[in-house]
Amino acid sequence: MPYRVHCMVCAGTGCVSNRSLEVRDALENEIRKRGLQDEIQIVTTGCNGFCAVGPLMVVQPDGIFYQQVSAKDVPLLVEEHFIKGRPVQKLLYKPPEAAAPIPKMSDIPFFKHQRLIALRNRGLIDPEKIEDYIARDGYQALVKALTEMTPEQIIEVITKSGLRGRGGAGFPTGVKWQKVRQAKGEPKYIICNGDEGDPGAFMDRSIFESDPHSVIEGMLIGARAIGARYGVVYIRNEYPLALERIQIAIQQAREYGLLGENILDSGLDFDISVTRGAGAFVCGEETALIASVEGRLGDPRARPPYPAEYGLWGKPTCINNVETWANVPPIILHGWEWYSQIGTERSKGTKVFSLVGKVRNTGLVEVPMGITLRQLIYDIGGGIPGDKKFKAVQTGGPSGGCIPAGMMDQPIEYIAPDGKREARDYLDLPIDYESLTDVGSMMGSGGLVVMDEDTCMVDVARYFLAFTQDESCGACTPCREGTKLMLDILNRIVDGHGTMDDLRALEEIAWVVKQTSLCGLGKTAPNPVLTTLKYFRDEYLAHIEAHKCPAHVCRALNTYRIDPVICVERGHGCGVCRRECPEKAIFGEKNQPHRIDQTLCKKCGVCVEVCHFNAVIVE
Amino acid sequence: MDLATIESIIRQHGGQKSALIAMLQDVQQQYTYLPKDVLQYLSRTLNVPLSRAYSLATFYRAFSLKPKGRHPISVCLGTACHVKGAVKILEKFERELGIKTGQTTPDLMFGLEQVRCLGCCGLAPVVTVGQDLYGKVTVSKVDQIIKRYQKQEAAHAKA
Repeated sequence: MPYRVHCMVCAGTGCVSNRSLEVRDALENEIRKRGLQDEIQIVTTGCNGFCAVGPLMVVQPDGIFYQQVSAKDVPLLVEEHFIKGRPVQKLLYKPPEAAAPIPKMSDIPFFKHQRLIALRNRGLIDPEKIEDYIARDGYQALVKALTEMTPEQIIEVITKSGLRGRGGAGFPTGVKWQKVRQAKGEPKYIICNGDEGDPGAFMDRSIFESDPHSVIEGMLIGARAIGARYGVVYIRNEYPLALERIQIAIQQAREYGLLGENILDSGLDFDISVTRGAGAFVCGEETALIASVEGRLGDPRARPPYPAEYGLWGKPTCINNVETWANVPPIILHGWEWYSQIGTERSKGTKVFSLVGKVRNTGLVEVPMGITLRQLIYDIGGGIPGDKKFKAVQTGGPSGGCIPAGMMDQPIEYIAPDGKREARDYLDLPIDYESLTDVGSMMGSGGLVVMDEDTCMVDVARYFLAFTQDESCGACTPCREGTKLMLDILNRIVDGHGTMDDLRALEEIAWVVKQTSLCGLGKTAPNPVLTTLKYFRDEYLAHIEAHKCPAHVCRALNTYRIDPVICVERGHGCGVCRRECPEKAIFGEKNQPHRIDQTLCKKCGVCVEVCHFNAVIVE
Repeated sequence: MDLATIESIIRQHGGQKSALIAMLQDVQQQYTYLPKDVLQYLSRTLNVPLSRAYSLATFYRAFSLKPKGRHPISVCLGTACHVKGAVKILEKFERELGIKTGQTTPDLMFGLEQVRCLGCCGLAPVVTVGQDLYGKVTVSKVDQIIKRYQKQEAAHAKA
């Protein structure tokens, strides 16, 4: 007998850390205790996306969305919902301003505006069961590609669909496939680039964790189109759960005859191995990644020759990002006409973004290309928490830049397909590859870090420079030395020792590094500096000329003091700051105002963090 | 060096030179670092220059030439964690443990590392201790996290 209810418990990395597996165990116990095990099935799924309110659970077929569920809520939940048919009000999602909770997942703003293609199966299947994937039309596109289409037809469909590489640069996928197909040399290789190094982006992890078979199917279709014999999934060392799930999926696909020799009697031979990264950001760059797979140092090399001609073991190799591969099966299944209707003129389809930072609804969202930042941050993201002012959004990780809040209401220039620049009256900045590049940032892998008035843009630039400087492999001089010089200057500025000459030098070095570095890491490393200099120059000037950090982030420029009235009236001189101060610079008695001895204070800012009453004033 | 363990790691990877990184990862997992004699043994057995083994060991972040603690603490300094104040959390760990980032406590109980993005940005700021992940960490919660493992070990020692 089929189950009457399916209870989908999120087991993505975020929810597991919030003990969703305890919730699952409690549910299974309770259901057995009440003899409902033949009516209700508990399914552990991959990441649902709305990480901010985990652990999550969705009850199907009604699509009732439960948030922040704990094991002790389970008896009530089973009693009320599964037996009496009444959703439990206190566990439903309730937007901050709304009067009543929203029971259905499809009505919640965070989900309502999304369009799922790459993440089509998220939360609907158990990622460790191939049968679940097959039940959702999985491997149907493969069958179509093997039995009804020639390799040329597959490439034509992918080209016409307008799919572009989701790893950041946006190279047309069909064109890349065609190049590898035409390249001479056997065997040919396919690589899935899952070295998701951009801090603030986690869509690749989520796809591996929630729907690993979609990647395998995409690679299989690619193998048929290109004529590849072997595939490699390169996965980041920091993602143990993703690694486990892709390995399980590959094993299952082999058992089902979907990987190996003569797949589905079509004559296609293809198998996939997994390489675990060892923690080097530069390995996200394709030539460095190939070096790493070959067991060498992850040093990038000059291109051309491109991997399409000279790749893994010197053979033609097609490298695409995880999200790109996951997009392939639906395009083959539903046709390029369907896919190319979604998105903008030059950027087709959807893009997965990780919406994080100072935004209310943090998590993973998939939206049509061309959506505006405003829609993303306010309609889906629910705006900025704590009545703070929205300042900027950082896209594209260390290779990207910061887009100021004002930009969302300004008409911006757009590169028309014929190459002429044409001013368009966009009220809001639409997100696609070109418009983000135009404002000096880039799509990157899709990290969107929202920043509010409490974020210092000079500090953000310094943060990214510290990152790229640390991760620079050292192979070429502009990147190795240039990033170091830029970081030194930025460190001086945040410490209050910067000069106007520093600022000029910073800008000059940034351009040199951008134009002369060997690989993408160095070429894009100055972007965070250049965009903040362009849009937030006043903040740099405040640090240099007035020795002030307007956002009170750069600690060397801050002074900390305790408001005696708030300290006593609200906090009753609780003394938390005195106990936590590492320098023992805070003095005071219970019920008495506390004060900071400025000669002892090292400006670490701990007092601000620990005070429950906001009595510590930063100036 | 436990020869049988190393030999089995080499066998698992078919004795291939190209699998040296994967072998080193297994060694790292087994020992929490790459002991010098193991590197020498691998280099001799696989006929790879020792300098190459060392270059891999020092290039990739996953490897360490010194023992890491039994409970390796990683404080995420990804962008989302950074804008939500992860640096102060890292500093609090440094003070509480009396070590600097990259060091291990003398009793080898805790190692402290910074890591660039664990991909759990929705829960920023994030800290992992071994396999356990802690989200929305605050300066005041650092104490409790450390104590949890101290208690675990104390209980274990009693048993």
